[in-house]
Amino acid sequence: MLNKRASRLRRLVALGGHGVLLTITASSALAVLFIFYFIARDAFPFFQLRGFQEFFLGIEWYPSADNPSFGALPIFVGTGLVTLGAAAVAVPLGVAAAICLSDILPFGVRQFVKPVIEMLAAIPSVAFGFFALVVFAPLMQEHGGRILMITWWCIALPPAGIAVFIAAEVMASRLFNENSQNLGRTICAATLGGVAVTALVFVGLRFNAMEVSSGTNALNVAIILGFMALPTIISVSEDSLQAVGRELREGAYALGATRAETLLRVVIPAALSGLCAAVILGIMRAIGETMVVWMASGNASQIPSPWFNLLEPVRTLTATIAGDMGEADHVTGSARYHVLFAMALALLTIAFICNLVSERVIAKSVKMQRG
Amino acid sequence: MKSKLSTAVCVIMATAVLLGTSASAADSKIVIDGSTTVGPIAKAFAEYYMSQHPECNITVSESGSGNGAKSLINGVCDVADMSRFMKDKEFKAAVEGGIMPVAHVVAMDGLPIIVHPSNPVRNLTVEQVHDIYAGKITNWNQVGGPDKKIVKISRDTNSGTYETFYKLVMKKDKISGDTEYVGSNGAVRQRVQTTPAAIGYAGLGFVDRTVKALTVNAVQPSRQTVSSGLYPIARPLYMFTNGYPKLGTPLHAFVTLHLTREGQEIIESIGYVPVTNYRTDATSRIPE
Repeated sequence: MLNKRASRLRRLVALGGHGVLLTITASSALAVLFIFYFIARDAFPFFQLRGFQEFFLGIEWYPSADNPSFGALPIFVGTGLVTLGAAAVAVPLGVAAAICLSDILPFGVRQFVKPVIEMLAAIPSVAFGFFALVVFAPLMQEHGGRILMITWWCIALPPAGIAVFIAAEVMASRLFNENSQNLGRTICAATLGGVAVTALVFVGLRFNAMEVSSGTNALNVAIILGFMALPTIISVSEDSLQAVGRELREGAYALGATRAETLLRVVIPAALSGLCAAVILGIMRAIGETMVVWMASGNASQIPSPWFNLLEPVRTLTATIAGDMGEADHVTGSARYHVLFAMALALLTIAFICNLVSERVIAKSVKMQRG
Repeated sequence: MKSKLSTAVCVIMATAVLLGTSASAADSKIVIDGSTTVGPIAKAFAEYYMSQHPECNITVSESGSGNGAKSLINGVCDVADMSRFMKDKEFKAAVEGGIMPVAHVVAMDGLPIIVHPSNPVRNLTVEQVHDIYAGKITNWNQVGGPDKKIVKISRDTNSGTYETFYKLVMKKDKISGDTEYVGSNGAVRQRVQTTPAAIGYAGLGFVDRTVKALTVNAVQPSRQTVSSGLYPIARPLYMFTNGYPKLGTPLHAFVTLHLTREGQEIIESIGYVPVTNYRTDATSRIPE
C-alpha cells in the first residue's frame, strides 16, 4: 500500500518535472515563432501599401521625402556585397587557421593560440566599428592604393606562379621534342613568367594609382566583418577537423601518405561538411552585424558602379533598420515604419535559410563520420 | 483588532489627504511635445527650471514638429516645440478648435558647411551646395578646388539637422544616392576632418579648428551672422503656446527662460545661437 502510493508520487513528480522542462524548451522555440509572427505582422502592411515590385526592384531609397520611395534593391546589393567581401576575407583565413591549429601546430602552441583567437569574439562590435571609422578609414584614404597593390601581389603571385609552371610544362611537351624538353621548358617558363610578371606589375600599378576617396566603404567593413567572423569559422572548422579522429590520420600515415597528402586527401574531405557549416555560420555573423556597418559602411543607398566596386560606400539592411527606427512613426502606421519590418523579415528569412542549410550540412557530416 | 482596523483606516485617509494636497501642489505641470531639434533646449530648460522649482513637473517628448503642432491643436500639450513655423492648415485647425498659437522664438540654429582644412575652396553658394548634394557637381574642380571626387557626408534622416538642411539647402530636392549618412554631429566632424575630399554640415556648436567652415554666399557662419539672418542656412526655433501664457505662471516663466542670462548660457552650451546677447565666457566656443 505504502509502496504503491510512493510509486504514484514518484510518477507524479516525474510528470511534473517533464512538464517544466517541456515548458522551458517550448518557450524558447515559441520565442522564435513569436518574433517571426510579430515581424511578419508589421511587415505585411507595407506590402499592402506599396506592393512588392518597388521594394525588391526599385533603386530609389527616399523614405523621408514628401513623396517617398522605398526601393530597397541598393540595400540588398549592399548587404550582399559586404557579406561576400567578408566571406572572401574570413573563409580562406579561417579555414587555413583551423587546419593549422588542428594538424600543424604543436599541442602546446594550440592551447595558447586558440583562446586568443576566441577572444576576438569577445570584442564588442562597437569597438570594431570605432576602429573601422577612426583608424582604418583614414588609413585607407591615405594609403589606399598601396594597400590594394600589396594585397594584389599577395593574392595573385602564388596562383600566377603555379599557373606559369603548369603552362610551361604543357607548352614544352607540345612544342619541343623529347631531347630538348628541359631547355624548352626553361624557355617557356621564362617567356610566360615575363609576361605574367609584366601583367602583374601593370595591374599592380593600376591599383597603386587608385585613389580611395572615402574610407568608409564596402571594403572597409568587409575586412572588419571578416575578422569578426573569424572566431566562429575557426572554432567550428577546428572542431570538425578534430572530429575526423586519429584513426583516419594514422591509417593514412600507415599507407605511406605524407602529412600534406593526409591533410589534403583524407582529413579535409572527411571534414568538408563541417567546414561548410563553419563557413555558413561565419557568413550569418557577417550578415547580421549592425553596429560596424552603421558606423563605417558610409550608409549610401546606391548600387556601386560597377556593382562589385568595393571602394564605394554602401548601405545594408541591418544598418537601415537601426538608423531609421528612430523617426519611423509607429502611431500612424506609415509605410516608413512598416518598411523596416519588411527588411527585418527579409533578413530573418535569409538567416533562416542559412540556418536550415547549415543544419542539413552538419547532419550530413555527422552521418558521414559515423560511416 | 478594532483599534488596528481604525488605525489602518486613519493611515489610508491620511495618505489620501496627503496625495490630494500633493496633487494640487503639482498643478504646475507643463507638457511639452514636438521637434527633435528644439527638444534639447526644452529638456535643458526643464531640467534647470525643475531644479529651481521642485514642485513643478515638466515632461518633454520629441515626436517631430508636425506632431507637436497636432498635440497643441488637440490640447494635449502646453508647449509645442517646432523647428519650423506653423503651416496654414495647422493654424486654421488650431483657431477653429479655439486654440490661438503664439510663437516664442527661443533660439537660432545655423548649419555651417564644413570641409577638410587642406581644401583650398573657401566659399560656396547655396546653389552650389545644393548641386553638390543633388549629385550635379561631383568634383571639387567644378567649384575651384583640386581634381578630387567630392565625398558627401550627411546626417541621418532622423535628425533635425538633416531636416533643416533638406529644407533650406535642398529645397526638398532629393539628395543623391552616393551620399554617406552618419549618426551624429560629432561623427560628421570626425569624417570630414579625416577625409580630404569630404563636405559635410553640422550644428554651429560642433565646428572647431579640425575642420574648415566655408563661407556660404560669402557669409561666414557665426553667432552674429546667424542671429542677424545674414547667414543663409539658418532658421529660428520656436515654442508655440496657446495664447500668451498668463504672467507669473510657471508656463510664462518657462517660455521666457531663453530671455534670461541662464537661458542664454543653456542655449549656448548645447550649441545653438541665443536671441539675447549677455556677455558670457561661453561665446568662445563658437567660431568667429
